[in-house]
Amino acid sequence: MKKIVLGLAAAGLGTMLAFGTANAAEEAHNAAEPTHFPIKEPAEVNWSFAGPFGHYDKQQLQRGLKIYKEVCSACHSMHLVAFRSLEELGYTEAQVKAFAAEYEVQDGPNAEGEMFTRKALPSDYFPSPFPNAQAAAAANNGAAPPDFSLIAKARAVERGFPRFVFDIATQYQEGGPDYIHALLTGYGETPPEGMQIPEGTHYNPHFISAKSLAMAQPLQDGQVTYDDGAPQTLSQYSQDIAAFLMWAAEPHLEERKKTGFRVMVFLVLFAGLVYVAKRRIWADVEH
Amino acid sequence: MSAHDTTEPTRRDFLYIATGMAGVVGAGAFAWPFIDQMRPDASTLAVSSIEVDVSAVQPGMSLTVKWRGKPVFIRNRTPQEIADSKNTQLSQLKDPIARNANLPSDAQATDADRAAAKDKENWLVMIGVCTHLGCIPLGQQGDFGGWFCPCHGSVYDTAGRIRSGPAPENLPVPPLTFTSDTVIKIG
Amino acid sequence: MSGGHSSYTPSTGIEKWIDARLPLPRLVYDSFVAYPVPRNLNYAYAFGGILAIMLVSQILTGVVLAMHYAADTGLAFNSVEKIMRDVNSGWLLRYLHSNGASMFFLAVYVHIFRGLYYGSYKAPRELLWILGVIILLLMMATAFMGYVLPWGQMSFWGATVITGFFTAFPIIGDPIQQLLLGGFAVDNPTLNRFFSLHYLLPFMIAGVVVLHVWALHVAGQTNPTGIEVKSKTDTVAFTPYATVKDAFGLVLFLILFAYFVFYLPNFMGHPDNYIQADSLKTPAHIVPEWYFLPFYAMLRAITFNIGPINSKLGGVLTMFGSIAILFVVPWLDTSKVRSAVYRPWYKLFFWLFIANAIMLGWLGSRPAEGLYTLFSQFGTAYYFGFFIVIMPLLGLIETPRRLPNSITEAVLAKTSGGQPAGVAAAPETRA
Repeated sequence: MKKIVLGLAAAGLGTMLAFGTANAAEEAHNAAEPTHFPIKEPAEVNWSFAGPFGHYDKQQLQRGLKIYKEVCSACHSMHLVAFRSLEELGYTEAQVKAFAAEYEVQDGPNAEGEMFTRKALPSDYFPSPFPNAQAAAAANNGAAPPDFSLIAKARAVERGFPRFVFDIATQYQEGGPDYIHALLTGYGETPPEGMQIPEGTHYNPHFISAKSLAMAQPLQDGQVTYDDGAPQTLSQYSQDIAAFLMWAAEPHLEERKKTGFRVMVFLVLFAGLVYVAKRRIWADVEH
Repeated sequence: MSAHDTTEPTRRDFLYIATGMAGVVGAGAFAWPFIDQMRPDASTLAVSSIEVDVSAVQPGMSLTVKWRGKPVFIRNRTPQEIADSKNTQLSQLKDPIARNANLPSDAQATDADRAAAKDKENWLVMIGVCTHLGCIPLGQQGDFGGWFCPCHGSVYDTAGRIRSGPAPENLPVPPLTFTSDTVIKIG
Repeated sequence: MSGGHSSYTPSTGIEKWIDARLPLPRLVYDSFVAYPVPRNLNYAYAFGGILAIMLVSQILTGVVLAMHYAADTGLAFNSVEKIMRDVNSGWLLRYLHSNGASMFFLAVYVHIFRGLYYGSYKAPRELLWILGVIILLLMMATAFMGYVLPWGQMSFWGATVITGFFTAFPIIGDPIQQLLLGGFAVDNPTLNRFFSLHYLLPFMIAGVVVLHVWALHVAGQTNPTGIEVKSKTDTVAFTPYATVKDAFGLVLFLILFAYFVFYLPNFMGHPDNYIQADSLKTPAHIVPEWYFLPFYAMLRAITFNIGPINSKLGGVLTMFGSIAILFVVPWLDTSKVRSAVYRPWYKLFFWLFIANAIMLGWLGSRPAEGLYTLFSQFGTAYYFGFFIVIMPLLGLIETPRRLPNSITEAVLAKTSGGQPAGVAAAPETRA
C-alpha cells in the first residue's frame, strides 16, 4: 500500500511539474506582441458583497447608478433592468417613478396606428441608446458597446490552476467586478516598446481580449459629482460602477446568501441528527 | 435490540422522531420555491396598477383599457344616462349590492355608489367582464341603454347593474383613485 | 423486484385487499425494506441513492423552469433572465437546476469509478453495468441539450461544435447534421427540438433507472470484498440499515450541492454564457461544461491522420469510442477476483486512471496547442490502454491477495483486529 501511495505521489508530482512547464511555455510570450489576454491580471478588490455574508452597499449602488446614468448610458444599454428594481437600491416608490420619468420610451401603436414616445414608468426597462445593434456598431467605429445588464457575470479573467481550486474554499465569485474595476483604471499606461496599437483603439493591459480596445478612457477624476461625500476619484468611480453592475447582473445576491446560510445551518444540524441515528441503528452490527 | 429497547426506549425513539421530523421540515422548505414560483412574478405585479389619462373622453364617449389582463370600461356618462340610473329604484335591481371595490362590501347599488367618485358621478369605471361566464359585454346596447352581453343575453343598465339575463351580479368596479381631475389610477 | 420469496405479510384488511389486487406495497416492502444488502457497504455505495434523488430533483426543477422558459431564439435568453430576476424564487430554481446538472455528473462519475474499483460490472452483473452506461449516454445527451437552452454564446457555439462532430463522417455526415439541426446551422428549429428532447430524455432515464434497479435487485449489491453473499449473516435489511446510511451520505452530498448553489452558483458555468448567442461571433475559447472536458480533450488529442481516417474523423471516433468501450468492460476484465481491494496492481492502475481522467479534464479546458496536445495524447493512450491492454492482461498475470471466505469473516477480521470469526458473534445471535 505504501509503495502504491508513494508511486501515486511521484506520478502526481511529475504531472504537476509537467503542467508547470507547459504553463510556463504557454505564458512565455513576447512583451511587444502578446498572444494571451489580458496582459495584466486584475487586482482583487475588497467588495462588500463578497463572501458568505456579503451584502450590497446601497450608497455605493446609488453612486454607481449615477455614473451609469451620466456616463455609461450614452453608449451602453441595460435592457434587462427595470426601473422598478431600483427600489432595491434604497429609493422610495415615488423616487423611482420620478427617476423613470426622466427617460422617454417608445410605446404604441395608438388609435391612429402611430408609435409614440412617452415618459417611462417604473414597469419599463432602461431604454437603449441605439435602436439596434447595427446602429450601435455604426456609431462606434464598428464595435457595438456591449449591453450592461449582465456584464459583471459575462466577464471574468480565467483564474488558472491551482487558483480556481482555492476559489472554491474562498468563495471567490467577484471576477466580473474585479475585471471592470481593473479595466476602468487600466488606461493611460504607455505600451511596451515596439507594440503596434491599431488606429482608433486605446491601449489597456487589462482588456480581456486584445491589447487595446475601441472605448477611450470613459471615467476621469472629478467627472461625476457625488452628493454623499464619497471621494470623486477614478478609483472610487470604478469600484462604484463595478458594484452597481454586479447588482444589475445578480440582483438576488443578498437573498441568495442569506437563504444559503439558513440552508447550510439546517443541513449541518440535520446531518448530525442522521449521523447519530445511523450510529444507533448500526450499533449492533459489525460492518 | 431488546436489551437497548428496555433500558432507554424514550431517548432512542426521540432521536428517530427528531430526525424524521427534521427531514419532513427540510422537505417542506424545499417544496416552497416550487409553489412560490407559480405566483405572479415581479414584472406582472409591476403592471398591476395603471394610470389612465381621460382628458380626451367627452361625455357620451367610452374608453376601454387593459388592466390585469382584462378590459376596463371607462365611460363619461351623459346627464340622461345618469338620470336614468338615478331614477331606478333599488327594488328593481337584480343585484342590490354596489360591487364597488372602493366601498364596504355591503354598500348599496345606488348610482352614487356605482360612480367612480363622489363629485365625479359622470365617470363610470368597471371591469368589462360579464359576471355570468366571462364574455365581454357590448357598450350602449340592450333595453337599458347600458351594456349587453352577446353570449347569453345579460343586460346591464347605464350604471353597469345587471337588469335581466342570466348574470348574477353587477359589473364590478375596480379599486381606483383620481390622481388629478383627468387621471385615474386603477389598481 | 427480487421475485419469489416475499416476506411481506399484510396485516390489516385494507393491506390484504390491496395486496390481492395490486401488490405494490409488497413490491416496495420487498425491494426497499426487507431487501437484504451486504453489511459491509461503505459510503461509496450511497451514490446510487444520491443519483436517484438528483434525477428527481432535476426533473422537478426542470418542470417548473419550463413553466417560464420560452424556446425561441428571440426570447430564450431573456426568458431565462426573467426567471433569474422576476420569477419568485426563480433564481434559486434555476441555480438548483444548472448546478444540479454538475452535481449529477459528479455523483455519476463517483458511482462509475466505484463500480470500476470494486469490479461491480463482472458476471452476473453485466447487464446492470450496460444499463448504467446507457443511463450515462442519456444523461450526456440531456445535459448537452439543456446547456443549449439558455441561448448564450457557449450554448450556441457548443451546439455548433458538437453537432459538427457528425460532419466528420464521410457522405452521411452532412445530411445527419442537417437532420439534427433542422437547418444548415444552429437556429430556431434546433432550439425547439432540443427543448422538446431535453424534457423527454429525463423520463427515459427514469425508465432505464427502473431496469437498472431491477437488474440490481436480481443479482444483489456487490460489496467492497467482491465476495458474493453466502449466508444471512452477510447481510442486513435495507431498511433501516442501508436507508439511514444512504440518507447520511445524501445529506453530506446536499451540503456540497447547497454550497455551490448558494455561494458559488456560477463557478461551474462559463461567463460567455451570460452573453446572448451571436451567430456571427465565436468566443475566443469554446469549452464544454466541465463534465465533458475529458472527452473533449480526447477529441482534440487526435491531431494526426490514421491511415485512411483523417484527424477529424479520428477525433470523433476516439471520443465516441471512449464511451462505447465501457459497454464491453465486463468482458475485457479477465480477473477471477472482483474487488480491487485484493488486486494490488489493479489498484495502482485504477488510481492512475482516475488521475489521468482528471488530467484529461484539465487539458480539455486548455487551448489545444503545444505541450497540452502532447499530454492529451498520452492521456488518451492511457485511457484506452487501461481498458484494452491493462484490464485483460492484468487479470492473467496478477497474483491477487488471499480472499476471505465470506463477507462476515472479512468484516469481523477488520473490526476485531484480525481475531478469528467465531469470537465475535453474528448480529442475529448477539441481539
